[in-house]
Amino acid sequence: MPTSNVASSAATEPASRSLWSLGWQRLKRDRVGYVSLWVVVFFMVLGAAVWSGLLARGWDQEVGNPNTAPMWAAQEKLQHTGTSDGMEGATGPIIRLTPAEDPIADMLAAAEHNKSKYQTMEAPKTDALILGSDQRGRSVFEKVLQGTGTSMLVGIFGALLSVALGTVLGAFAGYFGGKTDDFLMWFYSVFTSVPDMLLLLAFAAVAGRGFTTLILVLSFTSWTGVFRLVRAEYMKQRSREYVQAADAIGASHLSRMFVHILPNISHLLLVQFSLLLVGLIKYEVILSFLGFGVGVKQVSWGSILGEVPTELMQGYWWQLLGVVIMMSTLVTAVSMLTDALRDALDPKVK
Amino acid sequence: MTDREILLSVRDLKVGFRLEDGGRFEALKGINFDIPRNRTVALVGESGSGKSVTSMAIMRLLPEFGCEIDAASEILFEGKNLLKATTGEIRSLRGRDITMIFQEPMTSLNPVFTVGDQIAETLIVHAGLGRAAAAARAVELLREVGLPEPEKRARAYPHQLSGGQQQRVMIAIAVACEPKLLIADEPTTALDVTIQKQILELLANLQKKHGMSVLFITHDLGVVGEFADEVIVMRHGVIREQGSSRQVFEAPQDAYTRALMACRPALAHRPERLAVIDDFLQPEPYVPPPDRARGYAPEDRTVLDVQDLCVNFDIREGLFRKRKFEAVKNVSFKLAKGRTLGIVGESGSGKTTVGLTLMRLRQAASGKALFDGKDILAMNPREFKDYKRRIQIIFQNPYASLNPRFTVGSILTEPLRLHGIGSNQAEREKIVRELLDRVGLPSRAMGKYAHEFSGGQRQRIAIARCLTLKPEILICDESVSALDVSVQAQVLNLLQDLQDEFKLSYLFISHDLAVVKHISDQVMVMNKGEVVEQADSDQIYRAPACDYTRRLLGSIPRGWTPAADAA
Repeated sequence: MPTSNVASSAATEPASRSLWSLGWQRLKRDRVGYVSLWVVVFFMVLGAAVWSGLLARGWDQEVGNPNTAPMWAAQEKLQHTGTSDGMEGATGPIIRLTPAEDPIADMLAAAEHNKSKYQTMEAPKTDALILGSDQRGRSVFEKVLQGTGTSMLVGIFGALLSVALGTVLGAFAGYFGGKTDDFLMWFYSVFTSVPDMLLLLAFAAVAGRGFTTLILVLSFTSWTGVFRLVRAEYMKQRSREYVQAADAIGASHLSRMFVHILPNISHLLLVQFSLLLVGLIKYEVILSFLGFGVGVKQVSWGSILGEVPTELMQGYWWQLLGVVIMMSTLVTAVSMLTDALRDALDPKVK
Repeated sequence: MTDREILLSVRDLKVGFRLEDGGRFEALKGINFDIPRNRTVALVGESGSGKSVTSMAIMRLLPEFGCEIDAASEILFEGKNLLKATTGEIRSLRGRDITMIFQEPMTSLNPVFTVGDQIAETLIVHAGLGRAAAAARAVELLREVGLPEPEKRARAYPHQLSGGQQQRVMIAIAVACEPKLLIADEPTTALDVTIQKQILELLANLQKKHGMSVLFITHDLGVVGEFADEVIVMRHGVIREQGSSRQVFEAPQDAYTRALMACRPALAHRPERLAVIDDFLQPEPYVPPPDRARGYAPEDRTVLDVQDLCVNFDIREGLFRKRKFEAVKNVSFKLAKGRTLGIVGESGSGKTTVGLTLMRLRQAASGKALFDGKDILAMNPREFKDYKRRIQIIFQNPYASLNPRFTVGSILTEPLRLHGIGSNQAEREKIVRELLDRVGLPSRAMGKYAHEFSGGQRQRIAIARCLTLKPEILICDESVSALDVSVQAQVLNLLQDLQDEFKLSYLFISHDLAVVKHISDQVMVMNKGEVVEQADSDQIYRAPACDYTRRLLGSIPRGWTPAADAA
């Protein structure tokens, strides 16, 4: 009897779970958070597809007539022009001429013969685009997709870089304290004493345009929040018993900082990352809108929005619609995911 | 027991908690008990026994979410079912008829209000007193609970008071409205022995004076023996035994109760092995092992010789001034191979600082610590690295000392890797498996995380981590203080076995005099950073030479004595 008990209890024993997998389980139970996660993953895949050239490669081709409305919104206009063929006012009999009678028959035949010489290789401009076209006739749909790719790239790498920067500096400041902390805090204070937007603009104005500068500029201005948080966490954790125990078994400073303590604050970093992702995407939009963002040959949500004010005055609203749908979906999803992550990874809240 | 008028009765109380994975944990499996008027009832049990859940259920403080109370359960307070009462009714009962004091006085008091205001608030809300009258009554209450200079103390903030004084304030708040029932949830667990004694006496006096009932919740049978009228012993959500103190202490019916009494180290004798719960739950009767003799012998080899150790902390005062605080003053002792030196003292005595300084986790101001003739305090970090292996520490809180993100396997292989023991991962894992077996854990524990183990198991993991490096000296800093009595016995037995096997030397730091007496060959008593007395343990307990030691020994709860009942 006792042996069978032992056997059954060993068999039914649940698999060992790390704190991460427990958090993942909690996240899965949070319906809103779980859906948001998949939305964010979808956007990331979309961004990757755009960047690898699988999607929206030809966004800068002028495939349509300038400023055509989306095809589902253009019905009314088509009908209006479709009923008139320009011949309504003509009256009188139609006279058919034989080729011998026709004074321009020869010219017509020659023209017919030479037609192939003048045939343009350009594809015919279309009016049927999902989201219409912009001023130059580029497909708004492809343009928005391309913009999504750009914004995701800037957001993800900017956020990664600022989290990394903030974490490393914060870890040193919080762990060592004393002079190191003082120095890094001065550095931090200088950065935060300048208004964020001004600093961004100043960096952007000096560094010029383009992705790399954009990512660098964004992360140089937004590491400060992470720094504060990580510093405080390290100050708290460094005197914890498990860190002292690591010291007692002979772990070095770096090992204590990044092998022992870092995993214990990693959930905070994940939350910071997703907060920054939203923040940086919005900053990128603002910078590009103001003309400090991506280069003229690149497109992002911000640069599209930059074209919007003049277009709206002429009644061309579709670019705005495309960007707004994409951006609001992503930003909302990331915000909700952040919230869900915080709940799922916080060991105290159940 | 003719005047046994029932104040509160709990009938078939069943409480379950929904777990995260969809399962259910039955915290209370249908318990029944009564609290008579003007009596002290002690509810005794180890962690997980459901004693705190019971008190929370009475106060209706259980969380709304995830907690289910069976519909048939009843808690009748003066005939009224508290479980069915409206929120308004409960609120008027709490703080007036039923009050509660908690384990941690510091966190139960609001740090931004003066203690006088906090007492007055209760009076204004429940007794309907005016502001001035309430303030005057607050001072009176502070005098009643024995705070010196109550007028001045009423204007103090909680952090300006010591732990014992804070607990007195909590008691003052609790008795302010002359409650009929006072629930005390481990009120002395966080306090020093001398303070514990004072608080217990105060509670006993107040109970008699106000004629109230006290429900005293504790894990320590020794504490309740002196003043409880009735005792209830709980385990795993079930009441194992209940009855009058005389009955429970003199003729315990239940095997678990007997085990609880036996596994606590006693001052009177020192068995070779402490009894554990399992000894009593087996069919064959428990035979106490013979006593063990302790003490330093003249032929002992000294491993660690500490001479005039001083440790100072800087306390910042104002902007630029610093004040030197002497945490440890001229401490000297010798630790012999294979022996245990116990360090006892109240909080703030500097005993922990001594341990941490020897590990070089604190900076010594002066003094020497000769380990095999070499001063480890004067070494540079590289030289010390070799010695670090040989001197290890086990911390108090097994919940905090294991990294929650590591598996047990990586916690235990890390020290081996850092010190280059074992040539590859497989070999290290083999060493770890042997050690796990030695401390009584299955080898499949390696893949698990620390949060999946109980407190006692975690402390075993912490011990195993120290053993990986084959140390010669083990510093046990309150290593068993956070554990349940029965688990404490197991860990103490384990430590003893390891000492016998590996000839380890222990520096055993604890505030618990009985535990120190049990495990130590020599005992050093510390007070305010200084050594007040140092001698072989039997001698120090039999004939303490100094006043402070006598006072400490006098504060140990005597437990149940037949004489106490007669008086």
